[in-house]
Amino acid sequence: MKQSSKYFKACIVIFLIFLYAPAFLLPIFSFNDSKVIAFPLSGFSTVWFQELLYEDTLHDALRNSLFIAVSSSILATVFGTLVARASSRYQFFGQRASVTFILVPLILPEIILGVCLLTVLIQLGLNLNLWTVVLGHTLLITPFSTLIMVSAFNNLDISLEEASLDLGMSAVQTFRLIILPMVSPGLISSLLIGFVISLDEFIIAFFLTGVEPTLPVYIWAQFRFPAKLPSTMALGTILLIVSLILVSLFEYFRRRIELYNHYSMELDQK
Amino acid sequence: MSFSEQDKKGWRLLGLPFIFSLLLLAVPLATMFALSFWTQDYLVLKKTFTLANYKQAWFEPVFQTLFTRSLLISFTVTVFTIIFAFPVAYFISFYGGKRKALWLFLITIPFWTSYLLRMFLWKVILGYNGVLNSFLEWIGAITEPLTFLLYNSNAVVLALVHGWAPFAILPIFVSLEKIDRSLLEASNDLGDTAFKQFFRIILPLSMPGVVGAVLIIFIPTIGDYITPKLVGGPEGLMIANMIQVQFSKANNAPLAAALSVTSLLIVGSISILFVLLNKKHLRNY
Repeated sequence: MKQSSKYFKACIVIFLIFLYAPAFLLPIFSFNDSKVIAFPLSGFSTVWFQELLYEDTLHDALRNSLFIAVSSSILATVFGTLVARASSRYQFFGQRASVTFILVPLILPEIILGVCLLTVLIQLGLNLNLWTVVLGHTLLITPFSTLIMVSAFNNLDISLEEASLDLGMSAVQTFRLIILPMVSPGLISSLLIGFVISLDEFIIAFFLTGVEPTLPVYIWAQFRFPAKLPSTMALGTILLIVSLILVSLFEYFRRRIELYNHYSMELDQK
Repeated sequence: MSFSEQDKKGWRLLGLPFIFSLLLLAVPLATMFALSFWTQDYLVLKKTFTLANYKQAWFEPVFQTLFTRSLLISFTVTVFTIIFAFPVAYFISFYGGKRKALWLFLITIPFWTSYLLRMFLWKVILGYNGVLNSFLEWIGAITEPLTFLLYNSNAVVLALVHGWAPFAILPIFVSLEKIDRSLLEASNDLGDTAFKQFFRIILPLSMPGVVGAVLIIFIPTIGDYITPKLVGGPEGLMIANMIQVQFSKANNAPLAAALSVTSLLIVGSISILFVLLNKKHLRNY
């Protein structure tokens, strides 16, 4: 048994190296003092990061992306909360089919979503702008928010809610003072993950953005210019760090949900 | 038919997100379906029913080649990802001990970093003057840069396996966790070898996770746009790239719609067939 354990450990370490190796190139080459991305390294430099400070189109793209990521993660979290609350609290007609339908964007290829949405917008004669991307991203993120919120609502003990109503609180008060605080780790996870997904999403933004590019659309355009490669690597490094921080926060709050679930299960058993 | 109190309360909450999904998912899908039966003359749409787009999409060699290649790439990616993912999921589930959550977290991190950048990095790695070639030349392993690395289907497969592996691990891990460990003890006691134990107990019982992983990888990778465009070259382009070209530069949205509907049909029917073939393993789900 000991021997096979070592074999599998070697397996997973090799796998993790394969998984992480490309990402390690980002910081290495963004601090490399050379216009070409190749070995041997020539020296340490922060010039590529400084270059980013003077790119006005980059700053606009960043502002657009932040606006889209904040709006769509909030919208998706509201939708996800509504779906999760409905499906965990009530048994109603058409529940399974409608919830499944809302989850469909999880498995639909993004190119199909992009083409479909663009077709409708063109048919309706609507202009493409940041809001059209917000709508597209909300559609894409809502399934993730729903799944996170369902697990957050699962630990909610219905008797707490009934007690609060019996003791004279209104439904609104109960929601604000009892339910909301108990699902708050879920809300925060959902907002974080929605933000990260929207910030990174390319295809839908590529189709639905008009003249105002998002960050990934800006990066995509930079790929065509070899001279821009090092500063794109620098930008990638920054994005990598931001994603890592947000995802670690997400993991922290997700554990909180699991902890709640664990405790409420123990209480049930007593 | 009458609605109960539960029906009303449930729908009052679900109504808004459901209508949103109807408007942004069902209506666009239906519009695309309708569009695939129309024709476009430069910028003007002619709304008379025709099957011409499907005739083109199904029988013209260009599109047949692209569909076959996309299927083949997706299929290869799926097989390799599962082969990679299974031992990793197995290790975490059976030997992970107290650190299971940490291992899973380490594996999912790369998934949350930019897909666009990860795929772009493969272009930087595999290129003619890229990281790998320059490294091999630097250490003296080669004298001429290797040209077979980038701009072909293999590069697309490599980048996609890298990008989607974390997705396969999670469902397989979940189904391995559900296996009753006493079954394994029993089979040990009754004299099964590790090999027999794997094929008679572990693999059959983890099939629901494997089926899930296959679907999660196969369906989206067939419609991937970024990877073939960045590392595929002309020989590695896939159907999504053609859909985008028809939609924008070629000004033929109806053909793009017909190609999209056809891809959905192909992916959908293969997935359903695959689930049906594995029905006996999925009984309890």
